[in-house]
Amino acid sequence: MRTEELVSMLATGAGAVAPNQVARRHALALGWGILGAALLMAILLGPRPDLARAVLLPMFWVKLVFVACIAAGSLAAALRLARPGRKLAWVPAAVAAPVLAIWLLSMIVLVPAEAAQREILFFGSTWDVCPFLIATLSVPGFVAAMWAMQGLAPTRLRLAGAAAGLFAGSMGALVYCLHCPEMGAPFIGVWYLLGMLIPAAAGALLGPRLLRW
Amino acid sequence: MERMQGTARLNAGENRLKLLLLRGLSGEESAYHAFLQELSAHLRAFLRRRLARLPDEVEDLVQESLLAVHNQRHTYDAGQPLTAWVHAIAKYKLVDLLRRRSKRELLSDPLDEEFGLAAASDTDAADARRDLGRLLARLPERQRLPIVHMKLEGLSVAQTAELTGMSASAVKVGVHRGLKALAAMIREAP
Repeated sequence: MRTEELVSMLATGAGAVAPNQVARRHALALGWGILGAALLMAILLGPRPDLARAVLLPMFWVKLVFVACIAAGSLAAALRLARPGRKLAWVPAAVAAPVLAIWLLSMIVLVPAEAAQREILFFGSTWDVCPFLIATLSVPGFVAAMWAMQGLAPTRLRLAGAAAGLFAGSMGALVYCLHCPEMGAPFIGVWYLLGMLIPAAAGALLGPRLLRW
Repeated sequence: MERMQGTARLNAGENRLKLLLLRGLSGEESAYHAFLQELSAHLRAFLRRRLARLPDEVEDLVQESLLAVHNQRHTYDAGQPLTAWVHAIAKYKLVDLLRRRSKRELLSDPLDEEFGLAAASDTDAADARRDLGRLLARLPERQRLPIVHMKLEGLSVAQTAELTGMSASAVKVGVHRGLKALAAMIREAP
């Protein structure tokens, strides 16, 4: 087939293209990811029994806002990486900022604390399950975010996979906040982050294979 | 002065092509055809410079890039420079090809060098070595028939649906998936 014939073939009956598909696919991924995580949480874990009282505490919201900032940053990264020729620009800084902020807050609470108190702030009582539960809750979001990316056109596959994975991880962590009893900033800055990085690493690993076009 | 003229020409070319694409995306077939036609010349010039040592691959890669532009056209954002979008797609396909050949040293031109869409154009098409028509024949019927009737014979969705006994949405899906499968076949080919 000559190139001119290919051009005619592609143009014939091409029709109109629905606008905003990058945003639309990611909005769907967000919806399914949160819904899936909420269902898994309800079945496997259930919300924390003192949720009604916890929402009155500032740390509950610090945790939620931290995770929401990671979600927003990784979503912004995914939206850009889904388009050929789009630069990441300020986005990596936006993803790093909430992490640095929670680490700073961790320092502020850890430095004046006594040794025994520090251990509680750092390990809480659920450090050994937290990352895995977050990773588990992010499975539906992982499938949804990878599906969204797959229908678009990332040119940096490893990075796009990592961004989609981190987005999934943050959706899982967001829902996990409703179950998790931990309130220490150091706990959140380490174990929550680790939980979100598990799907991000999986995305980076699978990206080159799953996202080719 | 010369540079200013060059920039102006580049912007004019970029703007005209962009307008054609945007009209094409809104469903204007003749504008889309003109866009692809003009784009193929730019892609040829762009890729020929980068594949100086593999001249036989140029036309195949032009066709592969055109198919990629078409299949991924929903990722173009009107706020984005068209040149950046097109070149990112062409580079992606170029790198993919070189990886397939796993002979990186054949790359004669640095990849990050920027050329404007309007800066160069090459309408002198050589023959592609790969026959897309033959690849098309390997698609399953539910994808091949919609493509043959709609894209090659120019029938409408309704006519194709009637002719094949498929539903209108199955026809559209068949075209869409078929063209993506075509890109995948090219990609997986040794």
